[in-house]
Amino acid sequence: MEQNPIPAAQAINRLIEELSKLPGIGPKSAQRLAFHLLRAPEEQSKLLAEAILSLKQKITLCSICFNVTESDPCPICRSDQRDRSQICIVEQPQDILALEHTGIYRGLYHVLHGAISPTEGVGSEDIRIRELLRRLEDGSVKEVILATNPNLEGEQTAMYLSRLISPLGIKVTRLARGLPFGTELEYADDITLTRAIEGRQEF
Amino acid sequence: MSKPRTYQTEAIIIKKTKLGEADRILTLFTPHLGKIQAKARGVRRPKSKLAGHLELLTHSLVSLARGRNLDVIIGSQTINSFLALKNDLWLTSCALYITELVNQFTADNVENYPLFQLLLETLEQLSQMGNKELALRYFELHLLDQVGYRPQLRQCVSCQQPLEPVVNCFCPSTGGMLCPNCSPGQPPSYPLSVNAQKVLRLLQNSDFSMVSRLKIDAQLSKELERVMGGYLKYLLEREVKSAAWLDTLKEQIKLNTT
Repeated sequence: MEQNPIPAAQAINRLIEELSKLPGIGPKSAQRLAFHLLRAPEEQSKLLAEAILSLKQKITLCSICFNVTESDPCPICRSDQRDRSQICIVEQPQDILALEHTGIYRGLYHVLHGAISPTEGVGSEDIRIRELLRRLEDGSVKEVILATNPNLEGEQTAMYLSRLISPLGIKVTRLARGLPFGTELEYADDITLTRAIEGRQEF
Repeated sequence: MSKPRTYQTEAIIIKKTKLGEADRILTLFTPHLGKIQAKARGVRRPKSKLAGHLELLTHSLVSLARGRNLDVIIGSQTINSFLALKNDLWLTSCALYITELVNQFTADNVENYPLFQLLLETLEQLSQMGNKELALRYFELHLLDQVGYRPQLRQCVSCQQPLEPVVNCFCPSTGGMLCPNCSPGQPPSYPLSVNAQKVLRLLQNSDFSMVSRLKIDAQLSKELERVMGGYLKYLLEREVKSAAWLDTLKEQIKLNTT
């Protein structure tokens, strides 16, 4: 990585260095992007720079559900169209985007910002579980939908939350776990198949 | 002399790290290649055919292709997915704890077949064990055997005399017991009741069937956990991360059931 920066190209080197900090972008890709921007109209660079800046300046976390938002509380938490008796628990803000895309869920959300992972040292205190329990205190929530990822960490987090929430007299449900659409049965693993058989429905 | 480009091995997946957009680096513990790292491409996409066969705590038959840095996983077929473990919060946490220990106590590419057998057996038996705590202690003691840290529990490590049936001390830095005559002036150590010493010796020299026959009370269980935890921490020179999670669970589950 020790390259001798040519004095005249210092601005380019600086951009390359910054770009290569982004995920999935190595030094070569960064170089390509930097030279592309150099040749592109100035307008494009301005728009890009503004978009990046406004991201940091305008986006905060909703103080209720911890989704990313421009206004606090977020539009979903503020909306009177949403069913306030349901909360759907997800690991990441991106998960909300995926769920909202379906348009089928009308309740509220809660973003944990992670999943319990003991071997990585992520415990219950490191994700937003305490805030969730506080939201459940007033008794207006009737159902909690556990939508953490169907992998080991997500399952563990779901089991843990269910242990905490069930005693409060709130219905706890888990997203169905089975076969993804568009795949083939012969490649499915044992756990997925077992749960798909257990969770089969009348057709 | 050229090695074949692809090879196949049994493996237990003991650790996973995200890589790039949809890849993972997995740590596999294998019977004859020891601990190896391998890249699994695309396993974080929902339609990945491999993902379910490469989840943590899964015993699989894995095919790998040699890569420049890391070998790449090209196929995987589950042998045992340990569903009974994964459906239970406490058992999953115990299993993660023992895989973390294996990861911490082993170096890459060093064959340790007995340790593989021990890990596999423990994962298989854990869900049927009456006393999970004892199963964990059994695993810890036998793990130490396999990695060269077997504690000396029969005689005093200082004067070499057989231990009397009295309270003796376990001293992590010498890796064994100290009799009351030798323990003053030695580094910090754990005083162990006669019963605790008996249970440790028994676990060290028996197989798994003994674990289910043993009955111990909560206090003794705590004593054993404390001394083993202290010894492991001394050897690793750091905390075992998932042990802290086991403690949290123990506290909170008790709170919730009462």
